[in-house]
Amino acid sequence: MAQSGLARSERINGWLFVMPALVLLGLFMIYPIVWSLWMSFQVGKGMNLSFGGFANIQRLTKDPVFIRALINTFTFFIVQVPIMITLALLFAVALNDSTLRFRGLFRTAIFLPCVTSLIAYSTIFKSMFAVDGIINQTLMALHLIASPISWLGDPFWAKVTIIIAITWRWTGYNMIFYLAALQNIDRSIYEAARIDGVPAWARFRYLTIPMLKPVILFTTVVSTIGTLQLFDEVFNLTGGTGGPSDSTVTLSLYIYNLTFKFMPSFGYSATVSWVIVLVVAILSFLQFLVARDRKVKSS
Amino acid sequence: MNPALLRRGLVYALLSLAAFISVFPFYWMIIGATNASADIIRGKTTPGGALFANAATFFATVDAPRIFMNSAIIAVVGTALTLVVSSLAGYGFEMFRSRIREKLFALLLLLLSIPFAAMMVPLFVMFSQAKLVNTFVAAILPTVASIFIIFYFRQATKAFPSELRDAAKIDGLNEWQIFLYVYMPVMRSTYAAATIIVFMANWNNYLWPLIVLQTADNKTITLILSALTSAYTPDYGMLLFGTVLATLPTLVIFFLLQRRFVEGMLGAVK
Repeated sequence: MAQSGLARSERINGWLFVMPALVLLGLFMIYPIVWSLWMSFQVGKGMNLSFGGFANIQRLTKDPVFIRALINTFTFFIVQVPIMITLALLFAVALNDSTLRFRGLFRTAIFLPCVTSLIAYSTIFKSMFAVDGIINQTLMALHLIASPISWLGDPFWAKVTIIIAITWRWTGYNMIFYLAALQNIDRSIYEAARIDGVPAWARFRYLTIPMLKPVILFTTVVSTIGTLQLFDEVFNLTGGTGGPSDSTVTLSLYIYNLTFKFMPSFGYSATVSWVIVLVVAILSFLQFLVARDRKVKSS
Repeated sequence: MNPALLRRGLVYALLSLAAFISVFPFYWMIIGATNASADIIRGKTTPGGALFANAATFFATVDAPRIFMNSAIIAVVGTALTLVVSSLAGYGFEMFRSRIREKLFALLLLLLSIPFAAMMVPLFVMFSQAKLVNTFVAAILPTVASIFIIFYFRQATKAFPSELRDAAKIDGLNEWQIFLYVYMPVMRSTYAAATIIVFMANWNNYLWPLIVLQTADNKTITLILSALTSAYTPDYGMLLFGTVLATLPTLVIFFLLQRRFVEGMLGAVK
């Protein structure tokens, strides 16, 4: 009798502890997601919506701004994520060496960009990348460029500036995950490899990378989601336009414009947002596949 | 030259360059706050005499006490609620196992990959139907239950010694007292790390407040700075002065909790 009372209180407590979070997530996450899936099949302006079947999906294929936004988002993702992950790994491995001096100082310095708000660093970067600004002056003084680059005025360089800005902001953040994981690796494995005469790059390739694989996968997936949702930086560096001439417009920025700037078309913007969901799902799945594939090959 | 020494030198050079690039924009921001806008755009890297002029322009343009109070209320209330709700859930999922809850937890992890853009439109419609647009409630509520922080607390709870819970039960504490008097004090590093992550996210949050806070007197400092930046000819001296003020709270929290932050991160990844 007492036993069943105890089991019941366990059961009730188990639900009570998770209930506030579940209620909030249900209301402010699951319900809106399901609703937006429903909305994506509706057409009309404002709240006057009617069922439109696949009309929104047809509109997607003929919408030049959507296609631009899709290409831009992919460009940011394909170029930026590998650069950032490589740099973060490199710094983490370098900082994991316990004989290195000033480790704490280097670690704090490289992590520091994460404390700035996306808006703060957009402002800082915008002023540094001005046409007569410090970046152009430095590059010209070093004779790397002959004339100033119009960083935010040129379609190509605007993309480069955004990629530089995101990499500056997020490399240290990813580095901390790798550092934490590296410190859990048993040092004696490295000692054994060194004694056996395995060179440094091979230790990195065949010991460090495989052991960090779960963390690398985790950070890659998180960064993928982050890049596909890119909004704040682009919005602020380009003054809310995604310009020049849509060269930096991203999917999230386009959804925002569709919903809150142009004549609100909730149904169509919901369709665009589900494109992001699908792309994230496909990419995460592929990343898991790639990670599993490597494991099979190496064993 | 000795190859080991050469490699060592390369490592130091690489790390110094990375540290320089990471820290320079902070230097730039502080120096910029003391210079006139024209000098900033021309790339002046030495302190100037325009600090008080920039401060005066900033305080004349922005209702600073009110705006910073808005940011502080949203960030502090939001962080406190997130920590309570998410740590309760992380503890609950880990300590009380049931098949249904394991399935629910797996579902939550799947939801983690759904971008905010996919919820933004219905969320806005929900809050406008509830007549809560332009309130702090609307700005805070959707951020309170964070799947990432629930996951983080569950991972960290795996390291919480279950003997402590058993001993507390024998002493006659109920589950809620155990959580309050045993779990929370023991897990303070985890709470510290979560505080840094959540406070920064709330203080710096942009897209949702941009949508839901509509009148100037309700906006956060992040929104105000953004609006000033997108002016046709932004006054960078005043802006960078504002940016210094807006970055200070997160910097202070970071440096106060930094040691615990690293400990907390290590605990979660283990």
